[in-house]
Parts: sequence; structure tokens; C-alpha cells
Amino acid sequence: MIAFLVRRILYAIPILIGVNLLTFTLFFVVNTPDDMARMQLGLKRVTPDAIEKWKHQHGYDKPLLFNGQAQGAGRLTDTIFFEKSAGMFAFDFGYSDDGRNIAREIRERMWPSLAIALPTFIVGLFVAISFALLLALFRATTLDVAGVAWCVFLMSVSMMFYIIGGQFLVSKLWHWAPISGYAGGLDSFRFIMLPVLIGVAGGVGATTRWYRTIFLEEAGKDYVRTARAKGLSELRVMFRHVLKNAMIPILTGVVVIVPVLFLGSLLMESFFGIPGLGSYTIDAIQAQDFGVVRAMVFLGSVLYIAGLILTDISYTLVDPRVRLS
Amino acid sequence: MSFKPVILPTDALIFLIIAAAFAAAWYIRRRPHLVLPWRRVARSSAAMVSLLVLSLFLVVGVLDSLHYRPALPDSSNGQTVYSPEVLSVFDTLAGGLRTRTEKTYSAPLAAQLYAMENMETPDGRVTRGFPRLKSGGAHLSDPERELAADVAKRGALGVAAGLGAGVLLFFAAYAVKQASRRSAPSPLMGVGRRLHRALLIATLILSACIGAIAALAPAYHVLGTDKVGQDVLFLVLKSIRTGLVIGTATTLVMLPFAVLLGVAAGYLRGWVDDVIQYIYTVLGSIPDVLLIAAAVLMMQVMIERNADLFTTSAMRADVRLLALCVVLGATGWTELCRLLRGEAMKLREMEYIQAAQAFGVSSARIMTRHILPNVMHIVLITVVMKFSQLVLAEAVLSYIGVGVDPATVSFGNMINAARLEMGREPIVWWPLASAFAFMLLLVLAANLFADAVRDAFDPRLNRAEA
Repeated sequence: MIAFLVRRILYAIPILIGVNLLTFTLFFVVNTPDDMARMQLGLKRVTPDAIEKWKHQHGYDKPLLFNGQAQGAGRLTDTIFFEKSAGMFAFDFGYSDDGRNIAREIRERMWPSLAIALPTFIVGLFVAISFALLLALFRATTLDVAGVAWCVFLMSVSMMFYIIGGQFLVSKLWHWAPISGYAGGLDSFRFIMLPVLIGVAGGVGATTRWYRTIFLEEAGKDYVRTARAKGLSELRVMFRHVLKNAMIPILTGVVVIVPVLFLGSLLMESFFGIPGLGSYTIDAIQAQDFGVVRAMVFLGSVLYIAGLILTDISYTLVDPRVRLS
Repeated sequence: MSFKPVILPTDALIFLIIAAAFAAAWYIRRRPHLVLPWRRVARSSAAMVSLLVLSLFLVVGVLDSLHYRPALPDSSNGQTVYSPEVLSVFDTLAGGLRTRTEKTYSAPLAAQLYAMENMETPDGRVTRGFPRLKSGGAHLSDPERELAADVAKRGALGVAAGLGAGVLLFFAAYAVKQASRRSAPSPLMGVGRRLHRALLIATLILSACIGAIAALAPAYHVLGTDKVGQDVLFLVLKSIRTGLVIGTATTLVMLPFAVLLGVAAGYLRGWVDDVIQYIYTVLGSIPDVLLIAAAVLMMQVMIERNADLFTTSAMRADVRLLALCVVLGATGWTELCRLLRGEAMKLREMEYIQAAQAFGVSSARIMTRHILPNVMHIVLITVVMKFSQLVLAEAVLSYIGVGVDPATVSFGNMINAARLEMGREPIVWWPLASAFAFMLLLVLAANLFADAVRDAFDPRLNRAEA
């Protein structure tokens, strides 16, 4: 187990280097340090001297990937790529273009993101499992057919519609919750309610349908037939036998997104004006702030890899037959 | 009037896809084992009704992909000069919808503008009121009294004509289909009656709607006008092409990566597998939106640098659309690649592959002749499932600012432009509602069709049939 974890974590390093190299190339092939300096300095104050000074201040006056003039290891380390990505592995993301510490910003913005994403995830999971179990219980009846049709309809509606429609109905027409905004502490409940509700509504169609197939697959197995043959009631079979066993593929399937919840939801946060990581990312994309985008890409990859490792571990926890080697 | 055909890059792609679809259909027709799953699709009423809706969308999309530049009427020195504006056959057919613009917002089927304005009466006084529209209901002398009756009359005539045409069309199509057989029972009886009834009802509903719209469109703005006075119905119909291009061209970009790399990784194993796994883990571990955003920003800068390459603005917008498809394809292939790798790994242990190896068949030939045909159902299922996801993704990406060109008419751009109007008093709901409704229809039809395809092709669902 320990050896497995160590190997998986070591394997993450080349992947993270690859991620860095990819984002670095994507940005620098077209957006050279000179362009960045010009954009940051604004149109008026651009002189060759000012550009050089800006590049020196922000550490962009070195070769991109390979420094031919340096000696030994310096050939690789004395470059923009190394300087800008080495710190990432210690979660030191440097400063954004407007001079703020990215790591501190991320630590602060993580909580509002989590306040939206975590309840959405948990409530969504609960609702989807309940609906799926209901449909599986009434399988091959009109209720089941109608339920599946409703799920397909729900998943065909754009997320933007849920958000805009929800804001209009709940906030503007009924005045049940503020349209957007965020506050810390207990007050945050008012602001969180609507995004969570909409997030659940937007995701429930696809997940319910998926879990329903898992339940049905499980309900077709031999041990379920045995349970029925013993004379157990259908309810007891579904709740005691099928539900428990179907939770294995469901839980191991969702573990992978748990760490990524930290990143929040781009759409939700930007529509509801929540100062989380999702809106941070959108702002950075629109301002072409390379430092922030790269930090978010790195963080996203780390969390995703963490999710993959957690998935493997969760298999061993719920199913003793699986051994990690 | 002379004109000069223009083939935009995405037009070429659409024609290529249509040609490929015809070629595939011709290939499949001659092979009974390949026809069998499609027969199952054809028996599903949900799938066939969706296909009917999808084919309507497709007709609009294809008509909108036949582009040309009309000749300008003024030719001073005998030379024909072509307009810099690129039009499509659809633009010409829509005729007045494109050119009859208003000043600003007007509600669906209205005869007056939506906002109050200062108006000058003939005797020079200035009053506040709702000005008449330039084209919407312009034939009415007193809109307040005549509007409802006129709309009802035109609408009813349109519905009646549409229903008649729909019934004729349905039975004509059925007669053509039955012409080869000897006994042709009534389509609503006998085998397949449920399917035929569903199709008839769908045809009638669609033809009634189309009839009503066609009857009302010449005199009114059926879905209102947007902020700059463009007809919303026209914009929504134009958006269809963008959605179709993104949904189909992206998979065309995605498939070579996913199929080649997935099959190679699964069959060859060893270092090839390691390298391919590394590539797709790196790509897959970056959050989708960030990767797409970074790549799209890069493409935009590249297009702006080479702006002089594109002669018309339509060309530039189209290249941006193509770039978006390339980016979505280049970032979206990892999932399918992983599936194909797993399937190829399973297949390579089968006896028939071992037999081929023992006969000394080369790896390349085993992969193309023995493995590829047996993973095609996965490819097909993924492609049809991906279509609706891509149409929905376009709206989100356009909102974030990394979607299609702002000049391209698309569902995403329409929603983006209209969403702030929900805060107006009184509320302007029709551009948003129209965009969502048409997008829902497209995505829902695609989802239902995809489900039927998945059910028909999934080998895990064992069926007892010849």
C-alpha cells in the first residue's frame, strides 16, 4: 500500500512537469514577454527601455527553455520556464500581474468556492441516488419511463438556462434570495442557497440516469434473485442488498471529483458574483493573466491526480478483493 | 444576377462529413451484419421522431453553408465587382427576415416598438408613445384593433396549409417506402403502427408550426427583434449552423487522435502505451475549461497576427469557428482514447487475434482489419453522445469569452447578448427564450437519437434475434 502510494506520487511529477510545459508553450509561443510587457504597461508608456525594465522586474528577461550561455545545470535552470515552474511544486505561485500573492489569494478564495461546491455535490449525490433508487424500484413501469424521459429533458437544458431562469424566478419574481453576492459566516447561507439549488437541478438529470443503470445492473445479479427467492420483500431487497452493493461503483466513481471541488464552478461563481476560485479563473482568462491561469492549471492537475489516487484507495476500502500492487 | 461561390473552411468540412456519411451508408447497406443495429434504431419511435427534427435542423444548416458573394449592381467599367458581404443560400431564401430590421426591441408579433419614444406628429408637436414598426404589421391601419384578428387569420391559414402539406408528405413518403413491397397496408395498422403513428403526429405538429411561422413571417417578426432590431427568428435559424459545425467538425478533429492512439496503445503495449498514456493523462488532468481557454486565446492571437490572410470578415469569423473546433477536438479526445485502449487490450488476447499473429499478419494490418472494426461501435456511440455536449458547451464557452467570434451568430452569443435584458423593466424575454428553446430542441433530439443508437449498438445488451 505505502509502496503503491509512493509510486503513484512519484509518477505524478512527470505529469505535472508535462502540464507545466504545455501551458507554458501555449502561452509563450504567441504571447511573448514583449507582448505581455506592452499589454501591462498600457499603450502610452511603451518605450523599449520600459519594456526591458518590466521584463527584468518580472523575471522575463531570460531565455524561454534553454540558456546556452550558462554553465552546467544552469543551462536548464536559468530560464523563464524553470524559474516560473520550480516554485509551483512548493505551491509558491508568485505574484499576479496586478502584484498580489497568488497563493494567498487562492487560500482566501478557496472557502467561498467550497461553500458552494461541497453542498451542491452532497445534496446532488443524495437527490440523484434517491431518484435513481425510486426509478429502479418501479422499473419497467410508466413511472420509470416517464422518469427517464424527464432526466433526458433535464440534461438537454443548458446550464445557463437553469442559472438565468433560477435567478429570475427565485430572486427577481419571488424575492426569496439575493440575485448575487456573497458574505462570510452564517450570513452566507442566504447567498449559497440559490446557487446550490440550481447546481443540483442542473446536474441531477444526467447523474440520476447513470445511477439508475448501475442499480438495474446490480438488481439483475444472481444474489438478488436468491434474496427474492428467499421471500424477502422487494423493498428490503432494494434497500438492503442492491443499494449497498450499488454504492460501490457510485462512490468510487465520484471520489475523483472530490478534490476538484476546491476549484469551484466557473459559471456559478461568475453569475452569482461569488469571490471564489472559479470567478478568479474567469477574470484571469479575460485579463490574460498568465501567472494566475498557470497556477490554476497546476492546482487543478494536482487535485485531479489526487482524485485518481483516492479512487484507487477507495476501491481497496470498499472491496477487500482488490489489492494495490 | 451573377454571383461568385465562396467555400468557407467549415463549409468544406460540412460537405466532407456529409460525403463521408453517404459513403458509410453505402458501405453499410451491402453488409447485413452492419445493417442489423441500424434496423433496431429505425424501429424506435423516439429515435425516428428525433431524426425527423434533426434532419430539419440539418437542412437549415446545409442551406446556410452554401455561401456566395453576389455581384454588385453598379459595374462602372464593365467588370463585375463582387460584394464584400458573404451570403448563404439560406439568407436569400429567408429574404425579408434578414433585411427588414427595426430600430430596437419589439415583442413577438408586435406592430409597435417595445420602448416609448419621442414622436413627432405631422403638425410638429412632440409626443411620447410607441412608434409603429417599419415592417412588423405595417399593412395594418389601426394595429390596436386589427392586430389580434389579423394574426389569428394568418396563423390559422398557415396551420391549415401546414397540416395539409404534412399529411400529403407523410403518406407520399410511406407510399414511396412501400412501393417495393406487394401488399401495402395502411401505415397506421399492422406491423410498426406505433412508430408510424408517432411519426405522423410529429410530422403534423412540425408542419403546423412551420406553416404558421411561414404565414406570419412575411408580415410580422414572429419571435420579435433584438437590441439592434434584427429579427430573432432569423438569428435563431442562423445559429443552427454554428451549433451543427461545432458538434460535428469537432468529432472529425477528435477521431484520428483517439482512434489511432487508443488502438495503438492497447494493441502494441510497451513503450508506445507508456508514451500515449502519459500524453492523455497530462491533457486529461488539466481542467477542461482552462485548457480550452488557453488554446483558444493562443489561436485568437495567431489569427489576429495573420489578419491580412482573410479577405472578408466572414472568412475571419469562420476561421475562428474552425479554430474552436480544432481546440475542442484536440483537448477532447482523451476520454475516447482511454476507452479504445481498454477495448483493444481486451481484444488482443482473443483467439482470432492470436491466430492472425500466428499467420504472420503485420501489426498494422491486425490493428486496421481485426481490431478497428470491432471497436467501431464505441466510436459511433461516443460521437453521437458527444454532439449534444458540444452544442451545450458552445454556449458556456461563448459566455466565458473563449467561444466563437462575436460576429458569428450562435446560441451562445445570443444568450450572452440577451441575458442582461432579463434585468430590464419591463422584461425583454424573447431573444433569450427563443435561443434556449431552439437549443433545447436540437439537444433533446440529439440526446434521444444518441440513446437509441447506444441501445442498438451496445453489445452488452444481449438480444435474441437473427
